[in-house]
Amino acid sequence: MTNPNQLTIAAARDALRKGELSAVDLTMSCLTAMDAGDDLNAFVHKTPDIALTQARAADVRLKAGGAPDLCGIPLGIKDLFCTKGVASQAASHILAGFKPEYESTVTTKLFDAGAVMLGKLNMDEFAMGSSNETSCYGDVINPWKIDDRKLTPGGSSGGSAAAVAADLCLGATGTDTGGSIRQPAAFTGITGIKPTYGRVSRWGIVAFASSLDQAGPMTKSVRDAAIFLGAMCGYDAKDSTSANIPVPDFEAALTGDIRGKKIGIPKEYRMDGMPAEIEALWQNGIAMMKDAGAVIVDISLPHTKYALPAYYVIAPAEASSNLARYDGVRYGHRAKLAAGDGITEMYEKTRAEGFGPEVQRRIMVGTYVLSAGFYDAYYNRARKVRALIKRDFERVFDAGIDAILTPATPSSAFGLGEMASADPVEMYLNDVFTVTVNLAGLPGVAVPVGLDAKGLPLGLQLIGRPWDEAGLLNHAYVLEQAAGFVAKPAKWW
Amino acid sequence: MSIDTATARKVAKLARIRVEEADLPKLAEQLSGILGFMEQLNEVDVTGIEPMVSVTPMRLARRADVVSDGNIQAQILANAPDAREGFFAVPKVVE
Repeated sequence: MTNPNQLTIAAARDALRKGELSAVDLTMSCLTAMDAGDDLNAFVHKTPDIALTQARAADVRLKAGGAPDLCGIPLGIKDLFCTKGVASQAASHILAGFKPEYESTVTTKLFDAGAVMLGKLNMDEFAMGSSNETSCYGDVINPWKIDDRKLTPGGSSGGSAAAVAADLCLGATGTDTGGSIRQPAAFTGITGIKPTYGRVSRWGIVAFASSLDQAGPMTKSVRDAAIFLGAMCGYDAKDSTSANIPVPDFEAALTGDIRGKKIGIPKEYRMDGMPAEIEALWQNGIAMMKDAGAVIVDISLPHTKYALPAYYVIAPAEASSNLARYDGVRYGHRAKLAAGDGITEMYEKTRAEGFGPEVQRRIMVGTYVLSAGFYDAYYNRARKVRALIKRDFERVFDAGIDAILTPATPSSAFGLGEMASADPVEMYLNDVFTVTVNLAGLPGVAVPVGLDAKGLPLGLQLIGRPWDEAGLLNHAYVLEQAAGFVAKPAKWW
Repeated sequence: MSIDTATARKVAKLARIRVEEADLPKLAEQLSGILGFMEQLNEVDVTGIEPMVSVTPMRLARRADVVSDGNIQAQILANAPDAREGFFAVPKVVE
């Protein structure tokens, strides 16, 4: 017997509409699972009262008929989203005690569609990290376990990934600046899509790197991603980069037919020292697409190698500017001051106490690359390289490629603490396959495809044309059906 | 490009983050490592390439120059660490 919290969004939606399940019962099932999942440290601010109020309202709407897809569906919300009256800290001490007076556009849309918020989810501080080890709330633990070690769920949307993989909720919001939806999705055996830049409003989401940030859903299936994404998208006048274009019916696009579609395989993604298992997984994925009738085409994206260094100039530069607002004046933490301390001491002490080491490092890197004398050498050069990376993709799509298939991550989940003594740059290499997509503003989706020899999930990534999330999700759906990935982590928590 | 302790001190100051003297050498070393990684960008021929301004070919939308909300002083001050008499309070600013 499946417990309601183990359902997919699609199955729960159908059961709710048929009256076989109530939103309150479904929500209670998730709240129970959430409380039993405390060892994972995924939920950091629980909102059971809000959840039950929303679930009761959803039941009324469902009874009346014509309720939206997400009506009565219990979700987890990444701590990066501002939720009115509910702690929204971006997993940082500097936002301790912050309770927004407003609701982000994404959560407003979800709640308008009848979705239920179970609580706020752990993440890397300000979404800066690839292992969820930089959070002020402590590490998130991956529900997948193969020995005595605790494994990372990936980052920065590690709480979202762990909560979905462990069935604490039916789906969760994530955000992705360099891979923060796709890498944790791959590490936990779930689906995660980063939409085209401008597809989802950034209003009310704590900013990290504004030209790269994009929110998206993390779910148990591709169909769920299509349903959930549809509810998040749409034009928003409050985000000046929001695209004023129609949102297609993503679920209706899941035909499973990709015959004649051209799938590009970029040779530059075959990295030196890439584990044989990742290469084998990639080859399996290629064979699956071919079996489905797609045409496989070898392509070249020549500037791929420069994506990570360009990203680690641009993202910290934007972060140093965005995070200047945390000054101890308008919200969050203010340091205790000594006698005679002036406003400069207040800023410096507040920011030293409030920001963790990785965030401080990135702010300082950003400050450096934007400082007089280095702006051209680093920041402008990185923006030129970014233009070249985008041009690589444009040329490939202009040549008729419909989607690009790559590995999602260079490895499966690693142990928490195993990278502690590593150089910060080594951690950055986790994003090697995902970061190009953010730099080019494209949609990308991670789909679980298999287990490695250790028994941990591995995913592949599909990259789509701008604004073609519908086509991209259909390709992902074909991959999902062919791979038949159904493994779940054995419950130990 | 190698960052020395003096540069690390200067960057911390510009970023308004207090870093203890004893921690500066390690910070300098980490920043050097990260900047060294970025040096790869010098291998790329960027002749004639314009720095990217917007990732999607769009003009930033303009909105009407009108007041869209207001009279929400209490909401604006609600999260302030120190608010007094309708203002944000900060230590004395003397230049």
